[in-house]
Amino acid sequence: MLKIHIAIVGSGPSGFYAAEALLRSDLNVEVNMIEKLPTPFGLVRSGVAPDHPKLKQSILVYDRILKQDGMNFFGNVTVDEDISVEDLLKTHHGVIMACGAPLDNKLNIDGENLKGSHAATAFVGWYNGHPEYRDEKFDFKQKTAIVIGHGNVAADICRILSKPVSELKKSDIAEHALDALAESQIRKIHVVGRRGPVQAKFSPKELRELVDISNVTTEVDVNDCEIGEQCKVELSDPKNISSGKNLELFRSFSELQTSPELTPHSPRKIKFRFYLTSQKIHGAETVEGMSFFKNQLGGQAFSQTVISTGETEHISCGLVFRSIGYRGVPFKDIPFCDDQGKIPNKEGRVIKNGKAMPGVYVTGWQKRGPSGIIGTNRADSIETVDCLLADMAGVEKTPKSGSDGLTALLKKRQVQIVELDDWLKIDTSEIARGKKYGKPREKFTRVDEMLDVLSV
Amino acid sequence: MPHIVTENCQSCRFTDCVSHCPVECFHEDDERLYINPDVCVDCGACIPACPVQAIYDVVDMPEDKDPWIKVNAERSKTLPVIMSKQEPLPTAEARRTELGL
Repeated sequence: MLKIHIAIVGSGPSGFYAAEALLRSDLNVEVNMIEKLPTPFGLVRSGVAPDHPKLKQSILVYDRILKQDGMNFFGNVTVDEDISVEDLLKTHHGVIMACGAPLDNKLNIDGENLKGSHAATAFVGWYNGHPEYRDEKFDFKQKTAIVIGHGNVAADICRILSKPVSELKKSDIAEHALDALAESQIRKIHVVGRRGPVQAKFSPKELRELVDISNVTTEVDVNDCEIGEQCKVELSDPKNISSGKNLELFRSFSELQTSPELTPHSPRKIKFRFYLTSQKIHGAETVEGMSFFKNQLGGQAFSQTVISTGETEHISCGLVFRSIGYRGVPFKDIPFCDDQGKIPNKEGRVIKNGKAMPGVYVTGWQKRGPSGIIGTNRADSIETVDCLLADMAGVEKTPKSGSDGLTALLKKRQVQIVELDDWLKIDTSEIARGKKYGKPREKFTRVDEMLDVLSV
Repeated sequence: MPHIVTENCQSCRFTDCVSHCPVECFHEDDERLYINPDVCVDCGACIPACPVQAIYDVVDMPEDKDPWIKVNAERSKTLPVIMSKQEPLPTAEARRTELGL
């Protein structure tokens, strides 16, 4: 049987589930997975919080896929720098984009660029040892931080900021992050959302974890938990179980208190704040506080929006983390929907000028936007690969050079390809480094360090 | 704590959960599915995928469903892994209506 050659750009969950679906099909498929970093696994490596080791076990599945016949890893290869999508289409029958949504949405308010105002992506990448965020600096001498956003990334940030480092030091958190967090003076974290407790996007499990952190109190204003008729309609939908659980949890939190003087030994507090829209971040050079417009909800259940009450509130703080959604990165040769920060597509077929672009597909966050959890990507990639396979009838009669052609092109351009065996060396080396500290691994946080392992 | 398939799967077997599972922790017999608690990573993606709300996180599971913890653990040990979504049982839609979902 002639071979069909498919390139997958990106090696996170959606890329791996696309590879799995391709390799499991009845066709004779070669999959070439291209990754910008020398290390695979995307957000499972650099997004999932270090204190969630169980979720990271999905790497065991990806590791098995990586080692399957017909699967090739091309790490340290950047699309649009080392190779173009057009090059990939010349050497492959199809290309699946699986690059996620690595950029953060901005608040677009005054003061957002002050020192001390950060994107969630930068903080998460930093504590997870992602090379692009290695040199980020966070001023943990500050006593108060504000986290904008009521989703699971905001919950991760709260946990990492408030957990005692003794509970993190046996995880795979990057050493530089552990050292910096050990000195943290942060005592209070305000977690701010525009809408109410019923609309918060936390999964109840993540919320409950915050309650369970030792020496941390979670607080809420009881008045915020008084909900209107439209919210009750939202809660009565059986598909909306988590909102009900979240509300129950919020109601179990302590009443919001104006606490006395914060001392270095007072327990950390996480305050959940609702109905506040960011107005301005204040400060001369560094963040000194943030002001908000107060809101109430208006409109029908499930599409309730915020209406300003005309009042404002000021909260003093020295750090701001925004976690209000993510965007994909545009690529040359491929259309991009700027509004939604994703690639326009129909069931994974990339749509250009109203028509499906031959041979180009998309999956994961780059396809549907930044929603869902790891497993959501499996169903999503199955849908994309089903479309691709339906389009591939007969294409194998036009032979493509696949991995041979791709390797030749990259060698000619003097790109150092990190192959599967190379990654396994890096992996072994990281695990060995971690053993010293009783950690599952100590990640290399610079690309040069990773490549140095291979030159020995 | 792992996730558990409970009685609503019986006579349905929609199997949408399988496509959403990142780690292949579902096992099958002719009647229903079971989760292997040692493999499940507790991501919870299967919960909203089930049209008949058969799957629970143990923490949130009503107490009367506790016997299912043992059933999932034991049955998943010997039954084969189910890797892709299959056709639901012929009785599935009737059962869903009966459950009011």
